[in-house]
Amino acid sequence: MGDYTAEELQMIFYMQGFSGLSLFSVLLLMGLGLALIFGQMGVINMAHGEFMALGAYTVYLCSNLTEKFAPAFGPYYFLVAILAAFLICAALGALVEWLMIRHLYHRPLDTLLATWGLSLVLQQAYRSIFGAREVTPTLPDWLMGSFNLKEGLDIPINGVFVLGLSAVVTTALILFLYRSSFGLKLRATVQNRKMSGAVGINTARVDRLAFAVGCGIAGIAGAAFTTIGSTGPDSGSRYIVDAFLVVVAGGAASLLGTLASAFGIAQAQSILEFFLEGTKGKVATLLVIVIGLMIRPQGLFPSKVRGH
Amino acid sequence: MFQRISQTLFKNRTEAIAFGVFLLLVLVVFPLTMPIFRLNLVGKYLSFGFVAIGLVLLWGRCGVLSLGQGLFFGLGGYCMAMFLKLEASDPESTAIQSTPGIPDFMDWNQLTELPAMWKPFDSFGFTLFAIVAVPSIIAFIIGWALFRRRVGGVYFAIITQALALIFSLGIDGNQGLTGGRNGITDLKTLLGWDIRTENAQYTLYFVCVGLLFLAALAGKYIINTRLGRVLVAIRDQEDRVRFSGYDVAMVRTFVFCFAAMLSGIGGALFVLQVGFMSPSIIGIIPSIEMVIFTAVGGRLSVLGAILGCLIVNWGKTTFSEAYPDLWLYLMGGTFIAVVMFFPNGLASLADKFPWIGERIVSLTKRLRRNGNSQHPTETPVTDEH
Repeated sequence: MGDYTAEELQMIFYMQGFSGLSLFSVLLLMGLGLALIFGQMGVINMAHGEFMALGAYTVYLCSNLTEKFAPAFGPYYFLVAILAAFLICAALGALVEWLMIRHLYHRPLDTLLATWGLSLVLQQAYRSIFGAREVTPTLPDWLMGSFNLKEGLDIPINGVFVLGLSAVVTTALILFLYRSSFGLKLRATVQNRKMSGAVGINTARVDRLAFAVGCGIAGIAGAAFTTIGSTGPDSGSRYIVDAFLVVVAGGAASLLGTLASAFGIAQAQSILEFFLEGTKGKVATLLVIVIGLMIRPQGLFPSKVRGH
Repeated sequence: MFQRISQTLFKNRTEAIAFGVFLLLVLVVFPLTMPIFRLNLVGKYLSFGFVAIGLVLLWGRCGVLSLGQGLFFGLGGYCMAMFLKLEASDPESTAIQSTPGIPDFMDWNQLTELPAMWKPFDSFGFTLFAIVAVPSIIAFIIGWALFRRRVGGVYFAIITQALALIFSLGIDGNQGLTGGRNGITDLKTLLGWDIRTENAQYTLYFVCVGLLFLAALAGKYIINTRLGRVLVAIRDQEDRVRFSGYDVAMVRTFVFCFAAMLSGIGGALFVLQVGFMSPSIIGIIPSIEMVIFTAVGGRLSVLGAILGCLIVNWGKTTFSEAYPDLWLYLMGGTFIAVVMFFPNGLASLADKFPWIGERIVSLTKRLRRNGNSQHPTETPVTDEH
């Protein structure tokens, strides 16, 4: 870092830090869904990235439909599209849970493999339907441009929007888990599945809904992703390892841990990427996480709950 | 003596016969019926068989799923490729470079001296040692750190997957040192012996089959001795094994190292037969594919897993040439179906339909009784296990 003056360094730090915040938002949204599913049933969903891509493609479709049939609706479609992305992904998630996952609960490693098979199928489906080329939805004007805070320091609006969106989703998820009757049932099932069943909670339904909500949040992550990058059939799989590491490094099933590790990983990657060329920044970040996990496998905020 | 060994290796006669049929297939039938181009492909598929044997022990028997076997395959492969590359870049044939005598990609990246990491790979003895030792040592470090802290299951899978990603990205990003995304290409000779000729390809194929057979026997030996039973016990009731006084972490680390060592040997044979090594062969997706071969063939059966490598890879080559669009549907669908309905893979078909095996046994008995008067015209292959 020798060739930069202190002021330049500060500026780089701000800019990269902010672009790290966009990555943070996507990783956080991906990680929240994964953590919910993983915490609930110890299942790792390898097709999570494809649910994210589905969310992004939903926004793309909404954008095309709006342009074709209701151009006047253009400035507002994006908000509806986010909701649509959530609902479509949640619906597919529920279907997948019903067809596949529920038969494999007693074999968590096999769930991982089966969902990977699903991710292959979904990727190829996207390729057949939307083509191999990356697509970008037309974003409304109010998402374009940037705030100029001071000379040489621009903060893009879409980044702020994505950050706000992930704050809203995180808050909603926390309220959902800790203030709703369903959240109560879900937490009870995580703590003691048999007892929960005995007191009359339909644990199979809780599982399905948790999986659906997790996938729905991945859909929102995809919608957020469209504002900062273009979507291809394998867009999701590019983030999946990072998202896994976010969940594992944060301490599985801990929302606070997911938040903290998503922030740490995104910032480290974004700042290191500036100083180390190419993929070295990413390699360094991943290496630090993996070594960290070897020393402290329970992650940052281990859950205090005993096993099922 | 022979009987005792074969009793340790094979549970029953059906297994021994299945092994014999397999050997007949790869040693006689394939070389006689296939053109060298196809046989070379089979050899390439079989080099993944080493990884599959390791996964049978590690995952099928011991319940530890590693999604990063590509890392070890790659380590072994890169060790071999570095040796071959150094031999291919002697000062005469690289005279047009600004620094003759170093591999071409280093010259393109303005390196003027061979990096220290490459220097020991001048020696063939060291290379052979490194192919076995480097993957084992790395696996020991990873395994010991994780298993001692009782990391297993999904966590272990994710961490090993991340390691495979780190390794492939790391190679990708250091072009001057590793050849980057293109990998190490243009490998020509092994100790002066041209590995690109048909003759050499036949020889390498048989070397590969021979080593694979030894690896399979070693795998079967581990499975059928006490260690194999401890492995299964760890998979099924880890705590009870620990309470019985076994060092669970050490046993797991040993199996992980053994699987890594086999993968490394497979990688080296892959390089010899295919003639290059690149990060695209060892990243996340190839690593999971290695698990798929094992799952489709049968995660509990050494022979099943090797057959899985042959079948899936053959399917991949055939279908992805003819119907590239359908291939991923087929592969993903097969994989989901195998995991959901045949968790023990094709090999479990033999258990589901034991009459096939019994019929072969009775057939061979009858043959022996009749002396050599009759030969079966066709040997059923589908029931191997």
